[in-house]
Amino acid sequence: MKEFKYTITDPQGIHARPAGLFVKAAAGFPCKVTISKDGREADAKRILGVMSLGIKQGMEITVTCDGEKEDEAAEALEKFLKENL
Amino acid sequence: MQKEYSGKPVFSGIAIGKISIYHKKESVVKREKIDDAEAEIKRYHAASDEAKKQLGELHDKALKEVGEANAAVFEVHQMMLDDLDYQESVENIIRTQGVNAEFAVATTGDNFSEMFANMDDEYMRGRAADVKDISNRVVGILNGAGAGGFTATEPSILVADDLAPSETVQLDKSLVLSFVTKGGSTNSHTAILARTMNIPALIGVDFNEEGLEGRLGIVDGYEGKFIIDPDEDVLTSYKEKKAEEDEKRRLLQELKGKPNITKDGHEINVYANIGSVKDIADVLTNDAGGIGLFRSEFLYLGCDDYPSEEDQFRAYKTVAENMAGKKVIIRTLDIGADKQVDYFHLDHEDNPAMGFRAIRICLKRPEIFKTQLRALYRASFYGNISIMFPMIISVDEVRKIKEIIKEVKAELDEEKLPYKDCELGIMVETPAAVWMSEELAKEVDFFSIGTNDLTQYTLACDRQNAKLEDFADSHHPAVLREIEYTIKNGHKGGAWVGICGELGADTSLTETFLRMGVDELSVSPSRVLAVRDAIRNTDLSVGQ
Repeated sequence: MKEFKYTITDPQGIHARPAGLFVKAAAGFPCKVTISKDGREADAKRILGVMSLGIKQGMEITVTCDGEKEDEAAEALEKFLKENL
Repeated sequence: MQKEYSGKPVFSGIAIGKISIYHKKESVVKREKIDDAEAEIKRYHAASDEAKKQLGELHDKALKEVGEANAAVFEVHQMMLDDLDYQESVENIIRTQGVNAEFAVATTGDNFSEMFANMDDEYMRGRAADVKDISNRVVGILNGAGAGGFTATEPSILVADDLAPSETVQLDKSLVLSFVTKGGSTNSHTAILARTMNIPALIGVDFNEEGLEGRLGIVDGYEGKFIIDPDEDVLTSYKEKKAEEDEKRRLLQELKGKPNITKDGHEINVYANIGSVKDIADVLTNDAGGIGLFRSEFLYLGCDDYPSEEDQFRAYKTVAENMAGKKVIIRTLDIGADKQVDYFHLDHEDNPAMGFRAIRICLKRPEIFKTQLRALYRASFYGNISIMFPMIISVDEVRKIKEIIKEVKAELDEEKLPYKDCELGIMVETPAAVWMSEELAKEVDFFSIGTNDLTQYTLACDRQNAKLEDFADSHHPAVLREIEYTIKNGHKGGAWVGICGELGADTSLTETFLRMGVDELSVSPSRVLAVRDAIRNTDLSVGQ
C-alpha cells in the first residue's frame, strides 16, 4: 500500500474539470485508489464521490493506492496533483 | 405600458429586441412498474450511451464557440454518467423497486443533485444543476420527449426559468441577443458561457412570462434591468447607449494594435491622461502608446499630511513597471487654494486660478518639491519616466527647477540610490509660456500644451463659469494660433510638442493639429482609439 498527502493549492479547490482528469488518471491503474479528507473517504475512480468531498484550497488530502502498480499510481497521481491542483 | 424588472447581471451590454420564451423539454416522469428488470437496465444503459454521444457532439460544438476550458463541462458530464455510484444507484432502484428506468434515473439525479445543493461551497452548489442536466437528458432519451426550444425567427431576447449548460450551447446563437432567467447563479455554466459569448445576461429576474412572447424588450446588463414595452424616451435613450457601445467595440476590434499613422504615412504618438494608479488598466486596454499626463495630485488629495517619499516612490514605481517600458509622463503637483489640502496651509485667495499654485508652491517650498523629485527619479530606474512641470511662465523658473534637480541627483548619488536620467518637459498652459516658447524650447526636451487652462487665460474666461459659454470658444483662433506658434518654436529649439488638454481629443481638430506638426496627442483612455481612427482617416497630402 502506498500513501501520500497533498495540500490543495488551486483557489477553486477540486473543481469539476481537474476532478474529472484526476478520476480519469486514477481509473487508468488497476489498483484501488482512495482519496480522503478529514476521515471521509471516496473512491478516486468515481467522480461524484470525489466531488462530494468538497475539497477546497488549503485542505490536505491523503491518496492511498493499494494493489497492482500501486507505486506507479502513487507517483503519477502525486505528479498530477502538483501540476494541476 | 412599460414594465421593469431587476436582476443580477452576469455580463454587461445592452440588448434591444423582441422577447422569446424558451420552452424546456417536457419530461414528465411517471413511476411505472416493470416486469423485466434486466431488460430495463439494458434500456437505461442504451439511453446513457446515447446521452454520452450527444454530450460529445455538444462538446465539439462548444469547443468552437466558447473554447476548451468552457467546453470541458460536457466532458465532465460524460464522466458523471460513467460514474459507478450513479450507475449503481439507477440499477439498484430498477432491481429493488421493479420500476422503469425513467423513474430510476430521475430519482438518482435528484438525490445527487440534492447532495451538491447542500454543500457549503457555492461552486459545488452549482454542480447540482450539472447532475440534473445529465439526468434530464437520459430521461428525455428514454421517453422520447421533444427537444426544448424557442420559436423566434429574428434575433431575440431569450427568457427562461433557467437554462442548463447543454441548452445554452445548443441555442442558435444567431437568434439570441441576450438572455434573462429566473434562476441561475453567477458561477453557473450558463453565466460562464454567456460571458464567453459576449451576450448581456441577467439572472434572478422575477418576471411573469404570460403574454411576453413577441413583445419589445430591453436588457440593460450594466444596471441589471429588464424592461418590457419601453416608453418612447426610454427606448431612445437605450438606442443611443447601444450605438455608443457598438462604436466602442468596433473601434477596439479594428484599431487595437494599429499605428497612429495618416493615410500618407505620417505617424504620431497617442497617449492617455490619467489621475490614479488604478486607471492604468484602462490605458492598456485602450492600447495607448504611453501616458502623456499622469496627474500626481491624487497622492496629495484626501490626505491629512504630505505623502512621504516612500509613498510616492511606490506609486510612481508601480506605474512605471505596469507600463513596461512605455513612456510615462508624470506632472509634478498642480495644487492650488481651490483644492482641499488643509495641511498645505494655503491662504484663501480670491483668484486661485491665478494664484499661489503648482510650480510656484514647489519653488517656494523646495522641501515638498524635492521629496516629489526624489521619488520620481528613484522610480525612473524601473521604467520609462519623463517629468513635466505645470504653470510655467518663464525661463528663470525652468533654470531654478534644473538647479534643484541637480541637487536631488547629487543626493541620490551620495546615498547610492539608483536612478535613470529623465526627459524633462513643461506644460504650456499660460500665454507667457507661449510667447517665450522659443527660449523655453532650448531648456527642455518637450512641451505639452494644456489647452484647458491656456484657453481660460488667453480668452480671460473662467472655465467654471457657465454664463461664459458663448464667449469661451474652445476653437477660438487665438488659441489655435498659440498652438501653432508653440509647435513651431518647440521644434526650432529641438523639443517635441504634444497636446494633453481636452482639445487634443477633439477629432474635428485632429487634421488641423497634424498639419501644425504636433508630435503627440494625450487624451482620456476611452478616446484613444477614436483619435487613432481620426488620424488613420486623414490624408495630409490632399488639399486643405
